[in-house]
Amino acid sequence: MEVALISGLQGLFLGLVALTPGQALMILVGCGLLYLGIRKGYEPLLLVPIGFGAILVNIPLADMMGKDGFLRFFYDFGVLTEIFPLLIFIGIGAMTDFQPLLENPKIILLGAAGQFGIFLTLLLALAVGFDKLDAVAVAIIGACDGPTAIYVSSKFAPHMLGAVSVAAYSYMSLVPLIQPPIMRALTTDKERKIVMGVAKRPVSKTTKILFPIVVTIFASILAPKGAPLIGTVMLGNLMRESGVVERLKSAAENEIANIVTLLLGLSIGATMEAANFLRAQTLLVLALGFIAIGLDTAVGLLFGKAMCLLTGGKINPLIGAAGISAFPMSARVVQVEGQKYNKKSYLLMHAMSANAGGQIGSVIAAAVMLSVLQGMGIIAG
Amino acid sequence: MATSVVAPMLGKVLKIEKNVGESVEEDDVVVVLEAMKMEIPVVAPVGGVVKAVMVAPGQAVEAEETLAEIE
Repeated sequence: MEVALISGLQGLFLGLVALTPGQALMILVGCGLLYLGIRKGYEPLLLVPIGFGAILVNIPLADMMGKDGFLRFFYDFGVLTEIFPLLIFIGIGAMTDFQPLLENPKIILLGAAGQFGIFLTLLLALAVGFDKLDAVAVAIIGACDGPTAIYVSSKFAPHMLGAVSVAAYSYMSLVPLIQPPIMRALTTDKERKIVMGVAKRPVSKTTKILFPIVVTIFASILAPKGAPLIGTVMLGNLMRESGVVERLKSAAENEIANIVTLLLGLSIGATMEAANFLRAQTLLVLALGFIAIGLDTAVGLLFGKAMCLLTGGKINPLIGAAGISAFPMSARVVQVEGQKYNKKSYLLMHAMSANAGGQIGSVIAAAVMLSVLQGMGIIAG
Repeated sequence: MATSVVAPMLGKVLKIEKNVGESVEEDDVVVVLEAMKMEIPVVAPVGGVVKAVMVAPGQAVEAEETLAEIE
């Protein structure tokens, strides 16, 4: 009887015995992500499920990513098929108001400039020896747009999904720390003090309805590989602007986006198994992702300086920093920085234009990258 | 000659920092607006005395709407 009891109690320690140091470390990483999400408020909607997923998947013997594990089910169902990020894109389209961009169309150029970091990082990742498809996934962190990064990496390098999405989401929340030093370094005091007038140009409802349709047709034909990305964002936006499918729009931006965010976050956390995540490569991904966002900011600012020059000093180059996609964080950073140097400078709306441009820009840049890589034979057709 | 303090963008009035009769220096915050979920301090373009405040907290304002006048 006593013997049976002791062996029975031993059963309770099986998990502890099986716990590897790697798993213990990853459970701590999961707790760290929870801390950032809960206490620091960094992207809690994603970091909470990701962090918790990372803890669950590293519990020994539970095997939740095993053949019949529930995390495996969500992952196979939504991530491997790319369904989750695409559903999120419909929600993002439904939430995004492109009015600031349509008010000031030339600012979309800043949104394009803000994507150069993606291409520069791609070259850098190839140079440091990443496999071609892995390099694509690393570079896409430079899109500074979570769902875009998740979509591209789940398509080409699903084993790196955890590292790529953690990098993408953490750097997005660190934008207020990453950008200001670069903004200061690349602009002159005089440039930073430029006051831009009130942005106000009426945009007709017809324009706002035509915009998603026209962008979808042209951008998708130009870069067919990116059609699912562009198409879903623009479908969401059309539902918003048309005003006739209020229920669908509301479901897309609320219920569907919320459910998918939960399942997507958990699935991403589930890719963070110790054996998969604790590799030197993960650190390299984090480092290159950081560089990518810095490069985006720098190119956006330099382009802003060029526009400043060409318009005879009417454009404050600081708004170039908002050309990255981190919406609306980077536009807020621009407003705060601008007002630091000149109290009478209100850059928010101009920065929002650049930021909305950056959002479309990152999706289009990803699409273009996919098509170019296909053309080069790096990815299959 | 009164100088207007105008809203730099569409938003909502959050706080009135300077009331009628108070003196302000150039660049002092007169009204705080909320736009895109962030606080935007709107400053006095010139120094002087606040002659009128046209808005109240909670009120929505258009871009270029006059918020206050300074003399």
